[in-house]
Amino acid sequence: MSNEWPLWEVFIRGQHGLSHRHVGSLHAPDAEMAVNNARDVYTRRNEGVSIWVARAVDITASAPGDKGPLFEPANSKIYRHPTFFDIPDEVGKM
Amino acid sequence: MYAQQVKSTGARVKSLEEMDAQERAFQERIDAGIKIEPKDWMPEGYRKTLIRQISQHAHSEIVGQLPEGNWITSAPTLDRKAILIAKVQDEAGHGLYLYCAAETLGVSRDQMTKDLLSGKAKYSSIFNYPTLTWADIGAIGWLVDGAAIMNQVPLQRCSFGPYSRAMIRVCKEESFHQRQGYDIMMKLCDGTVEQKEMAQDALNRWWWPSLMMFGPSDNDSVHSAQSMAWKIKQDSNDELRQKFVDQTVPQADYLGLKPPDPDIKWNEARGAYDFGEVDWEEFFRVVKGGGPCNKERLAARNKAWDDGAWFRDGLMAYAATRDARKVAAE
Repeated sequence: MSNEWPLWEVFIRGQHGLSHRHVGSLHAPDAEMAVNNARDVYTRRNEGVSIWVARAVDITASAPGDKGPLFEPANSKIYRHPTFFDIPDEVGKM
Repeated sequence: MYAQQVKSTGARVKSLEEMDAQERAFQERIDAGIKIEPKDWMPEGYRKTLIRQISQHAHSEIVGQLPEGNWITSAPTLDRKAILIAKVQDEAGHGLYLYCAAETLGVSRDQMTKDLLSGKAKYSSIFNYPTLTWADIGAIGWLVDGAAIMNQVPLQRCSFGPYSRAMIRVCKEESFHQRQGYDIMMKLCDGTVEQKEMAQDALNRWWWPSLMMFGPSDNDSVHSAQSMAWKIKQDSNDELRQKFVDQTVPQADYLGLKPPDPDIKWNEARGAYDFGEVDWEEFFRVVKGGGPCNKERLAARNKAWDDGAWFRDGLMAYAATRDARKVAAE
């Protein structure tokens, strides 16, 4: 039982024009089989028009402990949102 | 319930004051409805309980293919055959979503498979009963998948993110299973006297095992309190069982069939059906391996694993050789 197939993460494009989204993972011996298996496991009901697979070991993720340093600085920068600025109605649509 | 015998820590639920800071922060997140993700800190008991529950659930989906697969080559029409194949394929898919959710907790797929094949890991008692007639396929979809939905809908709100997301996918697909089963029952009940008798016979045999799917009565359910505090489990076994009876009795009435329980009676005061006591001796016997098909099911899984070994290893060897050639060519 030592020869376990590696784990792949599966990304599906739901419709044309949308980006691929992570849907889950599966085991497969190689990339080609991973795509074939992803078809059977994650798109039995027309859920996608395109599949990406990537080996799970090749994905680098941020650590939950880094949440503060990574994301908190954005909290105070509310001027990045257009609603921060009051534009008079006379100016029209902007 | 597909995971009927999940052992939790066995310890009393701690109060917030008794917890250390880390555990208290964890419990407060759960109480606030924030999902726990695989890389977050979690108590060892939470991790172990989830691995047991999710893997039992996954094993049930996988073993659950066997009783229905039995009828694929004997389905009465080509349409029914195609539908049954799609249904059984869904069960395989559900097993795979769940195994992946369990793997995020640090247990390997091969380890889980090994535990199933050795008999160490449990799966739902319901799949240890035989499918004797075509009506059993109808009864399984209607009753067994109906009970599974009842259990899985609240699990969509489970505190562990990967399990909750797997359940959302499963629930979307499960309703097809129940409806195709009821459709088979309607057809049989609209048919000849013999066909209707066949439907009644299937209901007679599957009714009680379906009620057992929700697990032991609350009085004997020693591991529930901690699982509920951790929001791994939302409703008690008896609450879900009652809900199932209330939903299913009118559906049987519509078919003109009678569940095999003389004690079923509408209780106006409770606004629910009274029903008889489940044979718990039978339940524990089947869970411990003494059901009519336990040996057959495990033998079939072991054979599939052993017979497929050359194929799994061959594909790995092929992938390794090709990768090596590619490196050499570069």
